[in-house]
Amino acid sequence: MLEQLLYFVQQLLNGLTIGSTYALIAIGYTMVYGIIGMINFAHGEIYMIGTYVTFIVIAGLAYMGLESLPLVFTAALLVSMAVAASYGFAIERVAYRPLRGQTRLLALISAIGMSIFLQNFVRLSQGSRDIAMPSLITGGWTFGDPSSFEASLSYMQVIIWVVTLVTMAALTLFITRSKWGRACRACSQDLGMTNLLGINANNVIALTFVVGAALAAVAGLLLGLYYGVVNPYVGFIAGLKAFTAAVLGGIGSIPGAMLGGLLLGVTEAMTSAYFSSEYKDVVAFSLLVLVLLFRPWGLLGKPEVEKI
Amino acid sequence: MKSTFYSALFAAVVTLILTCLMLGVNLKTEGIALTVSMASEGTWSMIIGAVLAVFLFQLFREKLADMINLPSLPSADHFIPEGKKGEKLKQLAISFVIAGMIIWPFFASRGAVDLATLTLIYIMLGLGLNIVVGLAGLLDLGYVAFYAVGAYTYALLSLYYDVSFWVALPICGALAALFGFLLGFPVLRLRGDYLAIVTLGFGEIIRILLNNWTEVTGGPNGISRIPKPDLFGLEFSRRASEGATTFHDFMGISYNSSHKVIFLYLLAVLLVIVTIYVINRLTRMPIGRAWEALREDDIACRSLGLNPTVIKLTAFTMGASFAGFAGCFFASRQGFISPESFVFIESAIILAIVVLGGMGSQLGVILAAIVLTVLPELAREFQEYRMLMFGLLMVFMMAWRPQGLVPMKRPHLELKTNE
Amino acid sequence: MSKALLEVSGLCMRFGGLLAVNNVSLSVHEKEIVSVIGPNGAGKTTVFNCISGFYAPTQGTILFDGEEVQGMKGHKISRKGMVRTFQHVRLFKEMTVIENLLVAQHRQLNTNLLAGFFKTPSYRRAEREAMERAAYWLKKVNLLEFANREAGNLAYGQQRRLEIARCMVTQPRLLMLDEPAAGLNPNETKELDELICYLRDEHDVSVLLIEHDMSLVMGISDSIVVINQGTPLASGTPAEIRDNPDVIKAYLGEA
Repeated sequence: MLEQLLYFVQQLLNGLTIGSTYALIAIGYTMVYGIIGMINFAHGEIYMIGTYVTFIVIAGLAYMGLESLPLVFTAALLVSMAVAASYGFAIERVAYRPLRGQTRLLALISAIGMSIFLQNFVRLSQGSRDIAMPSLITGGWTFGDPSSFEASLSYMQVIIWVVTLVTMAALTLFITRSKWGRACRACSQDLGMTNLLGINANNVIALTFVVGAALAAVAGLLLGLYYGVVNPYVGFIAGLKAFTAAVLGGIGSIPGAMLGGLLLGVTEAMTSAYFSSEYKDVVAFSLLVLVLLFRPWGLLGKPEVEKI
Repeated sequence: MKSTFYSALFAAVVTLILTCLMLGVNLKTEGIALTVSMASEGTWSMIIGAVLAVFLFQLFREKLADMINLPSLPSADHFIPEGKKGEKLKQLAISFVIAGMIIWPFFASRGAVDLATLTLIYIMLGLGLNIVVGLAGLLDLGYVAFYAVGAYTYALLSLYYDVSFWVALPICGALAALFGFLLGFPVLRLRGDYLAIVTLGFGEIIRILLNNWTEVTGGPNGISRIPKPDLFGLEFSRRASEGATTFHDFMGISYNSSHKVIFLYLLAVLLVIVTIYVINRLTRMPIGRAWEALREDDIACRSLGLNPTVIKLTAFTMGASFAGFAGCFFASRQGFISPESFVFIESAIILAIVVLGGMGSQLGVILAAIVLTVLPELAREFQEYRMLMFGLLMVFMMAWRPQGLVPMKRPHLELKTNE
Repeated sequence: MSKALLEVSGLCMRFGGLLAVNNVSLSVHEKEIVSVIGPNGAGKTTVFNCISGFYAPTQGTILFDGEEVQGMKGHKISRKGMVRTFQHVRLFKEMTVIENLLVAQHRQLNTNLLAGFFKTPSYRRAEREAMERAAYWLKKVNLLEFANREAGNLAYGQQRRLEIARCMVTQPRLLMLDEPAAGLNPNETKELDELICYLRDEHDVSVLLIEHDMSLVMGISDSIVVINQGTPLASGTPAEIRDNPDVIKAYLGEA
């Protein structure tokens, strides 16, 4: 009995861990969709680049003999956020801004093209094979009897929770308290009007992409350290799942993205543990389909009324 | 002047940030350690070059824009005369093209004919998706799922029930159409990009199922030894299977493997011609008009009594059936199928064919399919960069010429007035 | 009094916290022209949307020819013989004028795919009849010469007329017009007046319209319903409404 409980708790812990990283990536989707109504298909690739940069920084610092954990962690965090933010900015500027007034399909095609481009860009420069990194942060707490089942909570998992929480808190403060955050919220309600009131919508949109990208980089760093492996294709699936999380929570709502991410992570962990791990991706997609069919405005969203 | 300088500097710095780590440094796993090394000199000179180019471009952007005007492709109207004369000319041109297509393979190399057959498959897929995306305006990112249904249906039917190609062909189309109906029914009322993502999800679900349901689909190993189509019972193999005659025996000629290749090609041509004819008819029928109207204004359609769901479903189901036919042919041509052929990137390529060709325009789709299939073959040395260029092309085309190569020119129904 | 063609009772529409329509009732009889007026933002178009099935009303009943249609989908209600126009012209701009009228007859055409493929006689007959009906209505609204022109290329007044012709081609019983005179000059408004009366007299169509042009409303209506802030204010003949002090106050404010 205790064994089953511990097993369940383990899945819960794992699910919450993965889920919080989904939440980080999902926020990028939801912010962009909320303001300009487009799905940034290439967002998953930014997450992937974040992981690559993390690995590069850590390996580079190790090469230079610097291995102090807090230093390496902070450096990796800052650099990957900066690089990802640049990518987010550049993508918006080059691919999406020219298409601002056009139909949704065109922006979607451009985004898909950008996603393919980035995947192959990384594949050509870093190789298509998995790149692995030995675990930096090992160990944790265990509960239970070593002879039956031991649940474990690793330090890495706790770090993921803490970093995610801090990031979310910082983001919430930014959105609710700062001048720019207010501008973001105004734009997501009425872009045209905000522009007319003198706020440069272009800058707000650029900021949205930059912030979203930075958050995706944080997720990239955390998951990179957690799983210890990366390849150019991890962005695709992660992106789809994060989008599912955003929709589940209510597209356009940041708390929704957080909630959706956690729910998706836990559902996936449970499916993988109690049913079959091969079909865990199917869970994410099925959840997406179900939500869109029966409650397209998500858990925290509001049903939209068609204005005729 | 000063602000231009700073914005150019900014752009250059961003470019540097983008490339210095991701391009300029190579990650490698050696044993269990992770190492970094500087990229080759060639790469670094590329990086420096790119940064400089961006800087200079931003600096002199306005002056450059004045000098160079990106050429816009002329619209097809310039070339095609209107009216009766245009009709006659068009008929003549089409007859020429068809005649040419039938005669050509007998003079061309085997590789070329093979490539042409592949191109024809993509043309068929493009035309099918064109109904959904171009005519009805529905964003479908999971089209490859119906392609897979068609392919696996024929493979399984021939494997377990010894069904011949010709009997299987309509079944594949019908089954794909059924899948289209089942998927479309709940999903088609969703808004644009949501529909795209859901269809993408569905495509992925199908692929994962195919990959994991090993007892039926063979899993990652797929299904092999799928028979080729026959001509009224005549097989195109060196030796006939039990109770059948080979083509070369029947004709009294010696066996030549190119017979098979040419036959497949001609079969593909036939399928494509039928597809084009069917779709042409559809656009001139009430349903075609309804698709167009629905694409323009969903609400007005509803106010006139048109049921949007039924109209969208018709487009979706028909598009799916064409993918089913194409899948059946693909399976028989390859002799072997696996989930690897039905990944998302295929859906993206077919969608690119439709969009780059000009949504709704059949001629545009055909041209785009030819370009996207043949061009990579011609530039073999750039094989590595193929996908990279493809992504870049998609982004670029959207910004430069979103209406596609041959923008859709709808056939308008005319009122003949006798005043 | 003959049975009403359209009978709306107790219609309420709530959007979250906002009660946009509050207990509106009205009725339209055969060959009757009823106008709905009220200050801007009064909820008139919302009433239209509820009646025509684009919104599902929160409360109330809508009887069309004795049948309850509230909550029914828009396209189903259209098929029962109720068509509407919109505040902003909703034509199929890239299709020609004649094609707009053909799409409207989609239900009457032979949409059987096989019949269309093989161009069976019944298919061809249906298409021909549809063309003839379209040509008839184009002539009635003086747009026959533009039959093969793209609808988006027409002048605004012509587009308005085309929208009405498109409605008539569906052979409706009730025609709902949302601000048909908006943006029309006095001449065009007079033509609109004549057209609506003609439709009522010669084609047995009842008309429910939302309008701000008072001269048109007063001249043409058999009865008027006034709505203010989603709430019914008054209803009656044009003469009664004109002298109603509440109506005057709503439009002009306190003296």
